[in-house]
Amino acid sequence: MADSNDKIKVSIDGISVEVVPGTTILNAARQIGGEIVPPAMCYYSKLEGSGGKCRTCLVKVSKGSEKDPRPMPKLVASCRTTVMDGMEVQNITSNEVLEARKGVVEMLLINHPLDCPICDQAGECHLQDLGFEHGAAATRYEFERRTFEKIDIGDKIQLHMTRCILCYRCVFVADQLTNQRVHGILGRGDAAEISTYIEKAVDNDYSGNVIDVCPVGALTDKTFRFKNRVWFTKPVEAHRDCPTCSGKVTLWYKGEEVLRVTARKDAYGEVEDFICNSCRFEKKNTADWVIEGPRKVANTSVIASNHYSELKPLPVIKDNPKLKEANKNQLERSVRL
Amino acid sequence: MARKLLLEHIDVPYINTLEVYRQKGGYRAVEKALKKLSPDDVVEEVKKSGLRGRGGAGFPTGMKWSFLAKPEGVPRYLVCNADESEPGTFKDRFLMTYIPHALIEGMIVSSYALGAKTSYIYVRGEMMPQIKILERAIEEAKAAGFLGKNILGSGYDLELYVQPGGGAYICGEETALLESLEGKRGNPRIKPPFPAVAGLYNCPTVVNNVESIAATVPILNMGGDEYAKIGIDRSTGTKLISASGNINNPGVFEIELGLPVEEFIYSDEYCGGITNGKRLKAVVAGGSSVPILPANLILKTAKGENRLMTYESLADGGFISGTMLGSGGFIAFDEDQCIVRNTWNFTRFYHHESCGQCSPCREGTGWMEKVLHRLEYGHGKMSDIDLLVDVSKKIEGNTICPLGDAAAWPVASAIRHFRDEFEWHVTNSDEAQIRNYGLAHYADPLTLAG
Ligand SMILES: Cc1cc2nc3c(=O)[nH]c(=O)nc-3n(C[C@H](O)[C@H](O)[C@H](O)COP(=O)(O)O)c2cc1C
Ligand code: SF4
Ligand code: SF4
Ligand code: FES
Repeated sequence: MADSNDKIKVSIDGISVEVVPGTTILNAARQIGGEIVPPAMCYYSKLEGSGGKCRTCLVKVSKGSEKDPRPMPKLVASCRTTVMDGMEVQNITSNEVLEARKGVVEMLLINHPLDCPICDQAGECHLQDLGFEHGAAATRYEFERRTFEKIDIGDKIQLHMTRCILCYRCVFVADQLTNQRVHGILGRGDAAEISTYIEKAVDNDYSGNVIDVCPVGALTDKTFRFKNRVWFTKPVEAHRDCPTCSGKVTLWYKGEEVLRVTARKDAYGEVEDFICNSCRFEKKNTADWVIEGPRKVANTSVIASNHYSELKPLPVIKDNPKLKEANKNQLERSVRL
Repeated sequence: MARKLLLEHIDVPYINTLEVYRQKGGYRAVEKALKKLSPDDVVEEVKKSGLRGRGGAGFPTGMKWSFLAKPEGVPRYLVCNADESEPGTFKDRFLMTYIPHALIEGMIVSSYALGAKTSYIYVRGEMMPQIKILERAIEEAKAAGFLGKNILGSGYDLELYVQPGGGAYICGEETALLESLEGKRGNPRIKPPFPAVAGLYNCPTVVNNVESIAATVPILNMGGDEYAKIGIDRSTGTKLISASGNINNPGVFEIELGLPVEEFIYSDEYCGGITNGKRLKAVVAGGSSVPILPANLILKTAKGENRLMTYESLADGGFISGTMLGSGGFIAFDEDQCIVRNTWNFTRFYHHESCGQCSPCREGTGWMEKVLHRLEYGHGKMSDIDLLVDVSKKIEGNTICPLGDAAAWPVASAIRHFRDEFEWHVTNSDEAQIRNYGLAHYADPLTLAG
């Protein structure tokens, strides 16, 4: 019997990594980093039980394990499939995966309007990135999109279901973080919608976190909406001694003014520590905070357009021709940027 | 006459009562199991019988039972899947309505085999009459000492409950069923873990179809080996088939697996041929989710042999020229039926029933429905046909649960086998637009004039 501390080996697009048993393919890929990390629209490492739904992270398991080398018959959701010793996974080196992902993007965009120029999430939208990296130039969908009126769920948060991709992240937040759950999913299929109990507001100390986890512009901060575009603001890391949460935040400045407060996000756009509503909505003066310094912004992000740092192309693993080929596109894009 | 096991006494008056059911040999299997056999012996008999799940996937029941985890101090559950929502399938409700004790007896035997002390029959919410019938039958069985504490003095206790579902097709998918049974929204769970390890309330659980559970009764009565002699190859025993569409005798039939499809369609014992002497055009053999086959392929396999009502023979040729036995919902279409209209209709169903958790199924089913709708009504384009094939491919295999596949297969197979009919709807769009399906044959709904 292997010790649970014994590491097991998995290879993703030809790159090996050793991980502890129980690690998912997605998280193993994140340990390698770079282009071979599958995109994730619904998985959120901080939210228990999340993942498996959006299907953007589908990968091909070309070898099951050392013990049972048979390939898996179907593509699997890498965010919910744990690795086995000797497993071989293909992400961007598999055409089948790229095709399926293109299909998923096309499906997600069916009921998501391409109104990025006016959407509050522009510049921070994962679907935008996904569409850019894995989508097709045009959609084949010719029917009317579903639309909804915007609704205020409480005085600080606005929901615009038109943009929701039903990733369930906000539902997990409501379930796991807040003490009174009044928000969830109604209806079935493409008639499903995020909603609150009739006329209920989402009103509790941690409700603001639904804004941060939403990968698209469906849940927005009413105290920030349309005040500015994110790439015109400057993110600064700061903290305060907060009695209810970690108090670790990012402040988004325009000139001297704090326009928005959010939780800090990691390389995968995931919140590091959830924050409370007082930090988010009520502390908008520099004096409320201990400033740590400017936030590092990836140079591939549009937010970087306001940051004058050196441009570094993404890493290419030299001895993997397939990966190199797949990386070419990305490199060309980075160079263009 | 073919061998009947489940419906042997269907014509006996009051067979729905415990008294008459027992007069016809009912509850012998319970006595035999509890008094003479250990739970493992019962599992062994079911394994020997070769019984394959009758709910659709055809997974060997005995093997599924032997996968059940048996941790100490944790309850195990048996859940009967009586959601029966697949369009074209209506066999389980037939059995529950007319011989409810066949299911109750099966539940007792199976629960004993699995060591379950609490079991549930999850019935589709709309089936109120069946729910009442089952509840009454449970009362009768309890009063006779077949349920409750210390059954027949064996020391074995079992409580059996009927739980009405919400009336959603997706709640027939086993993990969505468990979610629903736990009082939650009926969304399928992501597997693994499988129910055998973490099912109802996170405990080891077996989910079986009504017919699979009822079949354990004749298996115990006659012995697994004897049961395995009925049928052919790896398709052993008898199977309930619900037959509908343009046939002379629609209804539920018990067939011995291995019956030639041709005999099933044309013999007076079964479907009795196609209505009004018309020609057969196509068949959906196992409920609306399985691929549709044109008449020539439903009668002959890819190898040119006679097609038989078995899991193997119907699947012969893969999805290029084969299909599945599925849940046994046999729908026949005569030469006048429009395949495009039917495909649209099926897709309308899957679109409506998608739970909406995963993007390809949530969005793709609706997309297919809209394209099919416009084709059907003569507003489609030639490129729509390939678009449909492509969208169905993007759904198939990429979803959390098999509803995605169930939505994709009817579309893909209809285009594979009846492409010319889809093209007709584009090239003859004027005619397609004015076709007044069926309505001409019916009375005006307002005046009732014929
Ligand atoms: C969308 C969907 C609906 C289903 N509906 C039913 C149903 O109504 N009844 C049923 O027995 N099985 C249904 N199944 C199959 C079940 O998931 C499961 O395989 C079956 O209950 C197992 O029983 P068996 O092994 O006895 O066949 C459905 C599956 C899917 C994917
Ligand atoms: S509102 Fe946002 S977080 Fe919630 S399900 Fe929709 S896209 Fe996901
Ligand atoms: S395939 Fe369809 S029904 Fe199944 S989980 Fe996904 S959305 Fe729900
Ligand atoms: S991130 Fe894996 S399915 Fe959504």
